[in-house]
Amino acid sequence: MSTTGSIVSIENLKVELGGVSILDIPSFCIAEKEFVSLIGPNGSGKSTLLLVLNSLLKPVAGRVVYRGEEISSREATFRYRRMVSMVFQEPLLFDTTVYKNVASGLKIRGIKRDEIRERVMRYLKCFNIEHLANRSARKLSGGESQRTSLARAFAIEPEIIFLDEPFSALDPPTRHALTDDLEKIVRETGITTVMVTHDQSEALRMSDRIAVMNSGQIVQSGTPSEVMNHPVNEFVANFVGMETILVGSVLKNNDGFMLISISGREVDAIGEFQPDEEVYCCIRPENVTIEIRDPDDFTSARNVFAARILDIDSMGPFLKLSLDCGFPLVSYVTREAFATLGLAEGNDVYASFKATSIHLIRKGV
Amino acid sequence: MDLILEGLLKAFQLIVSLDPEVLGITWLSLKVSGVATLISVFIGISCGLLVALNRFPGKKLLVSVVNTGMGLPPVVVGLFVTVFLWRNGPLGFLDILYTPSAMIFAQAIIATPIVMGISIAALQNLPAKMRLQILSLGATRLQMVRILIREARLPLMAAVMAGFGGVISEVGASIMVGGNIMGYSRVLTTATVMETGRGNFDVAFALSIILLLLVFLVNYLFTLIQQRERPR
Repeated sequence: MSTTGSIVSIENLKVELGGVSILDIPSFCIAEKEFVSLIGPNGSGKSTLLLVLNSLLKPVAGRVVYRGEEISSREATFRYRRMVSMVFQEPLLFDTTVYKNVASGLKIRGIKRDEIRERVMRYLKCFNIEHLANRSARKLSGGESQRTSLARAFAIEPEIIFLDEPFSALDPPTRHALTDDLEKIVRETGITTVMVTHDQSEALRMSDRIAVMNSGQIVQSGTPSEVMNHPVNEFVANFVGMETILVGSVLKNNDGFMLISISGREVDAIGEFQPDEEVYCCIRPENVTIEIRDPDDFTSARNVFAARILDIDSMGPFLKLSLDCGFPLVSYVTREAFATLGLAEGNDVYASFKATSIHLIRKGV
Repeated sequence: MDLILEGLLKAFQLIVSLDPEVLGITWLSLKVSGVATLISVFIGISCGLLVALNRFPGKKLLVSVVNTGMGLPPVVVGLFVTVFLWRNGPLGFLDILYTPSAMIFAQAIIATPIVMGISIAALQNLPAKMRLQILSLGATRLQMVRILIREARLPLMAAVMAGFGGVISEVGASIMVGGNIMGYSRVLTTATVMETGRGNFDVAFALSIILLLLVFLVNYLFTLIQQRERPR
């Protein structure tokens, strides 16, 4: 990662609380007009990183650099804060009208009345809350409150917007509607955005880049498909929903076509590991196909195993099947396929997955 | 019953006839307690802000002391202020004992912890992240404080009312440091005590009713300020 072309970057960042290290990040950059999502378990330091990026929290060591200028002096911090804005999980609205809430950032900047009016009306419209302009902020629903909070942050027309789990307190339909609107506005304005989220689908959908955090460190940063399909270690693999993570040892490698032994079973995979190396084999559940007949003759999948269904769990539109095929394997099937195949617990089936569907990680990373 | 009726009648008479002595006493009550409240609001809310917005060792102890101060007995304050203002006392050079200034001084001491205690609670009751939100909107520290005060305006006005209520109704300190001197340091409460002692119950009643009316009017005014501009 280089710092050139970045709008904001951090270097050798360390944050401690009562002697305990909260953040330790050697380097992290955010490019102009980029949408970056920070994901990770609770307490991994996502929100703290956001506060540091927003200069609301001073690190014990390290630098925050905005367009080549270090944010250290009081003046620089103040100027930087006027270039960025932030939305928290709670709407944190002021006890006044929706209009005055959205106007507050502009009023703080001493902008003229007419311009405030024009901008507030524009952003109320953007977030579909024009009709609430004169309503008390205390009398809004959760979704309306968060829309007001977003409009307030966007009305400043900041260079960077920081979002700290802005939708996590909302019910799913409200969240989807708001995510749609936010995505539209972010795409239209091209504003640089950093969002902390728990919701992987939210991150996958909107981000140019996802950074996965664990115990104060950024463990992986890459495009959504890189992170989802090529996690760098077992933690990330687990976190991004690789339901099956198995330890195997490499038997042979012929120009990248590998044979791996997992619990005595031989599995084909693609990779660059040498014989006798220990690896984690990660398989996404949606890449595991279930058949009743032996599909050996008509499938392109290289790996076919006879399996028994141990357990069936509901996962929204999918069903999660836990299989035993000499090693544990998890597969997602649609409810339709489940009914068509007439599956039930204890059934014997065939599970297949392609060699290319196995993501290999060196053990001990 | 007769006593109460007579009192009411006397009060009506004194108010309607604009008795100059009663008017003077009422005005002094309002002036002394008003200025004392003003001073306590200034000190109480500023110190309240400092305590509520900062973290420091001994904060809990300090808040407990302030909260204890909310129940400070006026006679105790009166005693201490008298000793301090006594000719040979540490503040004797001010030469203000038995003057309205001394009464303002004592009442400000009574009201300040009340205003400060409620202010601290009011400001601490705001969401912890509110300050970060205000700063992230680009506010200076001063702008942040202004917005926080506006956000806590309801309980802060309650603090002002409680402070005023605490001093307009106290008698112990006023009588000790003011001396209840006719036409100079006599206020409604000290006059009521005196008239009751003399057996002039009708006048005492009249003064009490005027005091109640005064407290009501002032609080009504404060309430109007407190409740204005509440959006629907």
